[in-house]
Amino acid sequence: MRQRLLVYLPLLAFMVLAGYFLWGLNPDRNPSIVPSVLIDKPVPETSLPALAGLLQPGIEPASFTIGEPVVVNFFASWCIPCRAEHPLIARLAEQEGLTVYGVNYKDKPDAAFAWLEDLGNPYHAVGADGSGRTGIDWGLTGVPETFIIDGEGVIRYRHVGPIDTTILEERILPFVETLR
Amino acid sequence: MRTLFAALACWLLVVPAALAVQPDEILADPALEERARDLSKELRCVVCQNEAIDTSNAGMARDMRVLLRERLVAGDSDDDVRDFFVARYGDYVLMNPPIKASTYVLWFGPAVVLLLAAAFVWRAARRRKATVTPAAALSSEEQARLDRLLSDRDGT
Repeated sequence: MRQRLLVYLPLLAFMVLAGYFLWGLNPDRNPSIVPSVLIDKPVPETSLPALAGLLQPGIEPASFTIGEPVVVNFFASWCIPCRAEHPLIARLAEQEGLTVYGVNYKDKPDAAFAWLEDLGNPYHAVGADGSGRTGIDWGLTGVPETFIIDGEGVIRYRHVGPIDTTILEERILPFVETLR
Repeated sequence: MRTLFAALACWLLVVPAALAVQPDEILADPALEERARDLSKELRCVVCQNEAIDTSNAGMARDMRVLLRERLVAGDSDDDVRDFFVARYGDYVLMNPPIKASTYVLWFGPAVVLLLAAAFVWRAARRRKATVTPAAALSSEEQARLDRLLSDRDGT
């Protein structure tokens, strides 16, 4: 009887391996995405001067505790995917009525200003993170990245890479609804 | 000519290590700089594939190297620096995963598999030994023939 069970051992080993490969080769899995440790943690201490040229305030620690969800979008004028997601960031701010802050990551202020002049400025405030320090504090692995903060200043959601319509409608908006 | 080769060999040995770290990043204090280099070999560049910030040319890796040196100059211990980056990027930022409950399988799994395999082989070997029956003793007729053959060979 035990011998007979042993016969199935290779099959079992194969199935475990096959399951692992199925998971590993799944096209939806992006191995370069680093899971954020900041989810459900308070926003890192963030004080950024306003982007030069804009008639807007910068970002203060108090900017994140306004009693309603806040979206924080890291962007740069040199970042092509940021340009691609820009209309959807504008939609979040203008049509969905969310407070959206931009963090201009490692950019030249005049280039960022020209970029916003060209595409429109959907942000309620834009902080300039010229050194990239704020990016590291937020565990950033690149631009664009988008965080959703609840009304009490706790990070609840993070999206790595550009937002597209599917992500916006199926993940981000429903998630924001749960916070409201 | 030999000195030239020796110089070239030295250059080849030194250059790859010094490629990523830029001269302007290096600290004036050699002891601190050495600690910084050791730490930067333990910290992963988060935008690269399995590369430490010490050897990475990515902008993010450079920022992390500079920040790491700033922390050391500010008086942080090596553990403080590690904790600083782990708080932002999680255990992922460490090139060697820490030994804790969630990584026991990773660290001890191979040893357990090896032990299991060794136990399996040992048992199989023992069972085989038990099943091999010793050959039956020779009959008197056979023994006589064997003796004859052996004595024949001795004679010639």
